[in-house]
Amino acid sequence: MAVLEMQRISICAMKRDRKAILEKLQSFGALEVNHVIGEDPDFVRMDTAGQKMGFEKAAASADQALEILEKYAPEKKSMFAALEGKELIELETGRKVQEERRELLKTAKAVYELDREHAEQLAAITKLENSIESLTPWLALDVPMKQNGTRRTAMLLGSMPGEMTLERIYEVLAEKVPDAVGVDVHIVSAEQSAVYLAVICMKEDSAQVEEALRSEGFARPAQVWDDVPAYQKKELEGQIADCRQRIAQIEEKIRGYADQRENLKIVADYYRVRADKYAVLGQLPQSKRTFVISGYIPKNIAAQVGEYLTGKYDCTVDIEELKEDEEAPVILKNNPFSSSMEGVVESYGLPTKGEIDPTTIMSFFYVFFFGMMLSDAAYGLIVAVVCGILVHKYPRMSVGMRKSLKLFFYCGISTVVWGVLFGGYFGNIVDIVSEKFFGTKMVVPALWFVPLDEPMKLLLFSLLFGVIHLFTGLAIKGYICIRDGKIMDFFCDVVLWFMLLIGLILMLLPSSLFASIAQMTIVFPEALNTLAKVLAAAGAIGIVLMSGRSNKNPALRIALGAYDLYNITGWLSDVLSYSRLLALGLATGVIASVINQMGSMLPNNVIGVVFFILIFLVGHAMNLAINLLGAYVHTNRLQFVEFFGKFYEGGGRPFNPFKENTKYADIKEETLS
Amino acid sequence: MSELGIVYALLGAAVAVLLSGTGSAIGVGIAGQAAAGVVTEDPSKFAKVLIIQLLPGTQGLYGLLIGFITLSKIGVLGGGLADISVQTGLLILAACLPIGVVGLLSAIAQGKTAASSIGIVAKKPEQFGKAMLFPAMVETYAILALLISFLAVSGIQV
Repeated sequence: MAVLEMQRISICAMKRDRKAILEKLQSFGALEVNHVIGEDPDFVRMDTAGQKMGFEKAAASADQALEILEKYAPEKKSMFAALEGKELIELETGRKVQEERRELLKTAKAVYELDREHAEQLAAITKLENSIESLTPWLALDVPMKQNGTRRTAMLLGSMPGEMTLERIYEVLAEKVPDAVGVDVHIVSAEQSAVYLAVICMKEDSAQVEEALRSEGFARPAQVWDDVPAYQKKELEGQIADCRQRIAQIEEKIRGYADQRENLKIVADYYRVRADKYAVLGQLPQSKRTFVISGYIPKNIAAQVGEYLTGKYDCTVDIEELKEDEEAPVILKNNPFSSSMEGVVESYGLPTKGEIDPTTIMSFFYVFFFGMMLSDAAYGLIVAVVCGILVHKYPRMSVGMRKSLKLFFYCGISTVVWGVLFGGYFGNIVDIVSEKFFGTKMVVPALWFVPLDEPMKLLLFSLLFGVIHLFTGLAIKGYICIRDGKIMDFFCDVVLWFMLLIGLILMLLPSSLFASIAQMTIVFPEALNTLAKVLAAAGAIGIVLMSGRSNKNPALRIALGAYDLYNITGWLSDVLSYSRLLALGLATGVIASVINQMGSMLPNNVIGVVFFILIFLVGHAMNLAINLLGAYVHTNRLQFVEFFGKFYEGGGRPFNPFKENTKYADIKEETLS
Repeated sequence: MSELGIVYALLGAAVAVLLSGTGSAIGVGIAGQAAAGVVTEDPSKFAKVLIIQLLPGTQGLYGLLIGFITLSKIGVLGGGLADISVQTGLLILAACLPIGVVGLLSAIAQGKTAASSIGIVAKKPEQFGKAMLFPAMVETYAILALLISFLAVSGIQV
């Protein structure tokens, strides 16, 4: 239950050790670089933007080559590839690959060029296919299209709208150019929308003839070939075949590079890490012979890092506490059980300065409520076993994934407990199966009670758990107030509310309203009843008087106080919100029994049993999935809205250390200890 | 006319399932359109947007729950129809109304909220936790309605 304390570490060392020290710091990954030195004539910053960009480009080109390889020769991945996490490679392998980095970049470039040529060839094929398309209507023409005519005659090629017939064309010609003699019109081919013509006429008439035809929609072909169309087509087809062959060759060649994949990954990471290093290098203030690096470091390892560096290099290391106004980056530190809930807190917001880490307290409520909402022993067992196996089997999965799976593992166990308490095993599968197949109805008794039979009882318990949860939140607020020495705030915002709420609850319990809900009557001694009234009244009056205490105007102060008292409705809705513990638990159980009921309606023979199993598997898988989602979402809601609303805001900045930020593989390296 | 009692009771079950199911279908549909748009841009967000798309689907399940309890109460499931007076039938019908009506409207509203939340995931996938919370706020009211319907149906003596 803590935020890791941060310190500032400043290292001043000789320039000759710069590379070694930076690399060491990067492999420790314990320092977030943050410089406080302003402009200083003796210290200048190096311009490393150029080198940094160069390395980033190299990393990007390796990434790109990997993407291209993935396209042509997809890597075989198991279904759980996402869980496997980054590979761990030997230091030796890493070194060897890094020595070949220039060749590997050439490989990356070659892959990229091949991919580009592949795209070009594909574009060429499309172009050729278009040409063939436009050539198709002219296939019947047995002279070259370029042929303009003979010594005395001219040949006009072109298309006219589809409704044109030979007779109509001759009619037009006779009408518009009556003096032209011996005009010969051939229809080469006809389609619905166009007819394709070859018109032969005397050279001197050709201009007039064309003019006449154009007035009826005649148009020359867009593309004219030297050769006879049929030959031309064959040639184009030959070119397409060439292109295809080349594409096949290129694909084969790219696939040939697939064995370089691992090396490319290592090299991409190598350049990425170097780019990060140069980014940091560019921030370092440097004098002629020395340089300074400064930043945040967790307190528990600060001394260790300092000792290591001073022991190995000529340098001074200065570790100091943070200044008052400094907003330190946050790392959460919790016991192994609660740390699996850190992801939940992170998704709401890390604690800011002055707030406490709510993870540990929240983790117990989280698991408790989650189990109550899912509340089926069999479902819980499935969740716990699956998550347990995955965590065990993939030791290198990412930290966030591991935390989430462990979270569900613990929630699964809690679900088993609640399932046993409420007697839910796949809903009511035991009753159904025993009655259907063995003739005698067996019921697994609930350890506590069956919610479906006594919903009011569970509702009351849900609200009770809610009140405990909310009071815990208010108590934490009180703790923070006392810790910060704000006794006035503690009294007015926490104690008065506790008085009011406890008073109201004590007044409610013996009332007839509660008796009708709970079906039991609680009788308090008279003194307690009076005490309840006194508590509630004192709390209410106190809140009215004190809530607006920051305001000097007495009328406004009372008005603000009265408004704050109105928050009592907020408390009411917060408590009622916990009725979802009952509702979601019921939803799981009832829908599970709907599935079982459906299965049991089948006849009692082989086919019936087969379908029963089928319905059982599909139905319960769906029910588990949707209720798991529901329990997760609503548990989060109860924590975020109801619980955090009482004392926690969040908004801290996560710790972002200078480290080897790799994408594909981590290199085994000696660590600090 | 005591034969009509069972008809009213069955009508109640039908209303619970019909209205809330329709609402969920519309809600999941609205969210699904937004989800499909995000996946065209970035298929890797499939799992996240699918989870948010599913959120308005729960009202349908709540309706089913009430419908099922009603059916088993009036004996439609077991085979032997219970003898239900008109008054009891109408009581059951009234008890089914909250989850039907609230389920219908809240699922549609939740679908719209889910669509917006999917927009959050599209732009800031790391805010998934918060994005999921907005549709869950709407669902609270369906849960309250479910609770009242459930308590009412199970409280009516047949």
